[in-house]
Amino acid sequence: MANPAPLPVTDEIAIQITAMNKWYGSFHVLRDINMTVARGERIVICGPSGSGKSTLIRCINRLEEHQQGQIIVDGTELTSDLKNIDKVRSEVGMVFQHFNLFPHLTILENLTLAPIWVRKVPRREAEETAMYFLNKVKIPEQAAKYPGQLSGGQQQRVAIARSLCMRPRIMLFDEPTSALDPEMIKEVLDTMIELAQDGMTMLCVTHEMGFAQAVANRVIFMDQGQIVEQNEPKEFFNHPKSDRTKLFLSQILGH
Amino acid sequence: MSDTFIRTAMLPPQLPPVTERGAVKWVRENLFSSWLNAGLTVLGVAAVTYLVWLSLPWLIHGVWNGNSLNECRASIAANFGPDAGGACWAMIHARWYQFIYGFYPPELYWRPVLTAALMFVALTPILFSDNRRVAAIMLAAVAVLTILALALVQMPAWLFVLCSLGMTGLFYIGTEAPGRLIWVSLLYPFLTFWLLWGGSVWTPIMALAGFVLLAQCYSLLNARLGVVLATAIGIVAACLWWLLVGGIVAASAQALLPFGLVPVESDRFGGFLLSFVIGVSSIAISLPIGILLALGRQSNMFLIHTLSVGFIEFIRGVPLITMLFTASLLLQYFLPPQVQFDLILRVVILVTFFSAAYNAEVIRGGLAALPRGQFEAADALGLDYWQAQRLIVMPQALKVSIPGIVSTFIGLFKDTTLVTFVGLQEPLRGITTIVRADINWKGIYWEPYIFVGAIFFAACFGMSRYSLYLERKLKTDHH
Repeated sequence: MANPAPLPVTDEIAIQITAMNKWYGSFHVLRDINMTVARGERIVICGPSGSGKSTLIRCINRLEEHQQGQIIVDGTELTSDLKNIDKVRSEVGMVFQHFNLFPHLTILENLTLAPIWVRKVPRREAEETAMYFLNKVKIPEQAAKYPGQLSGGQQQRVAIARSLCMRPRIMLFDEPTSALDPEMIKEVLDTMIELAQDGMTMLCVTHEMGFAQAVANRVIFMDQGQIVEQNEPKEFFNHPKSDRTKLFLSQILGH
Repeated sequence: MSDTFIRTAMLPPQLPPVTERGAVKWVRENLFSSWLNAGLTVLGVAAVTYLVWLSLPWLIHGVWNGNSLNECRASIAANFGPDAGGACWAMIHARWYQFIYGFYPPELYWRPVLTAALMFVALTPILFSDNRRVAAIMLAAVAVLTILALALVQMPAWLFVLCSLGMTGLFYIGTEAPGRLIWVSLLYPFLTFWLLWGGSVWTPIMALAGFVLLAQCYSLLNARLGVVLATAIGIVAACLWWLLVGGIVAASAQALLPFGLVPVESDRFGGFLLSFVIGVSSIAISLPIGILLALGRQSNMFLIHTLSVGFIEFIRGVPLITMLFTASLLLQYFLPPQVQFDLILRVVILVTFFSAAYNAEVIRGGLAALPRGQFEAADALGLDYWQAQRLIVMPQALKVSIPGIVSTFIGLFKDTTLVTFVGLQEPLRGITTIVRADINWKGIYWEPYIFVGAIFFAACFGMSRYSLYLERKLKTDHH
């Protein structure tokens, strides 16, 4: 999985989060989050379960609402204004742990649905785009099947292609490989690595440390709803600064 | 001695033993798998034989021609001996039209026939949207049956030719461009209203214009004001049109271009015509209302949520009979005296509400069965609320709810017999009582109930089989 060629990162800001706080009821899940993501950056977010990492990236496309602070995605601030939310959502692709493909639609229909209804792309054009991305994730022959007939790894690659069909500028990955059998993890990671090499801005919640070392230019470690440590991958894995990070790394890399 | 073994010849496949295949296996497994089951099988066969032995002579001795029960009895006594019992189906023969049309004027029977034919045409693109072969067969059968049925009732010759050509034309459209038939489905409610009740053609056209106005308001304002406000303005505009403008425009249009059918009053409706008018319109309207109520109950908006819950719980908590009495008696007290609010219309509205409340709960079950990820994926792709509901949520939720929805519909259709309590002549009690009060048929008992029951069974069984077909068709998990 090694990919020594340095990938480009620009100065342009893609996501800016300032002093953001979120509560579930009275439970303080995200505490004083500050982060800036430049266009082209590939960030891996890790941390123990319940640390708020999924919640953080779900706030970026407003699947979760934040109560305090500011999130600006691609120059649009996320508030309760539905127009802004729809604008951000059509620019930001999201890949879920459980794929969330639409089981009543064929693979091709899964891919063309949003372009046709949200972007108002003509059907033919949407289908061409869909086939292009299905080729890219290497399963064009499955276009006419239903999600239930595909393996987990194939479904997750379809889910990635579905997001790409909307031509997003930012991709969010919420534990994309944790529901997969070990032999299927690689095919999904390979797809993600290819995407990174194309210069996509990516935020990825994952425990795949190999992936982090191969493509990430920053690793963020979260615990108890806050960012504990962030660094470039080599430093992060070889010389972790905080004790909490050291403990976490020893647990996941220890065996 | 060594354990080495080498097979020199491969074994050919053999049939299973005779007790493990075919009919013998089926009988062993299903009828005589144990002493208890063998005993129950014997008992069951005996019971069925006894019932058939009791009722078969009565059915076989049935008489189809005659003008009174006494004629039937005389004919049976002459053919099968003085003690033989037999069914007197002659009653159905004599009163067939009354069971079907109630007191609808006989010279206008072609109008209900045409309405029924168009109903099947209108249903074709909805029920068999992606099965052209079945749709074509259905349309052909409907066209042939309609022409036959129209030949049996009184109507002017030119009209018969026109209707036959129309049905053939619809069959042609249905086979060449099935998508076009959806226009028949959309216009059908207005056409039906006009065909059955008659009157000026402008009344249903103005009613239709109200819906066009609603759609226009929505499409013009949606982009600027958002979905909720655009829908609200559209509904207000349509209501104003219906209440204030539509009637005047219809009257003046009728004065300029008079065109209409002979009006038929609601009290002439009866028999299966009445059951189907109430049943079909309630089924068609209650499904969309049920969907909206189910969504309202899921809504985060306090007012919509409370109103939906209140409506559903109130309607489900009150017996249908109570609501029918409300429809026939109370509603009139609350309306200004000059307002004539048709009884059938009132009954349809309340039966619709009743079944909508049940449908809402069934669909809510379907919504609850949907994983949260489906809603999130739709949101993450940028679909708005109505797009997500229409394209992602409802196709899946309704699919899960099909058995429940069809149960509600079957229940509703059978409940249409309850309208007898507000004085409408439905077939089971209304028409049957009238027939049995006739001096010629006094004393007849089983035959009308068997006949009416058989038609209800056919309709309900048809719905049930269609729902099974739909479930099989929509199954996408493993092929």
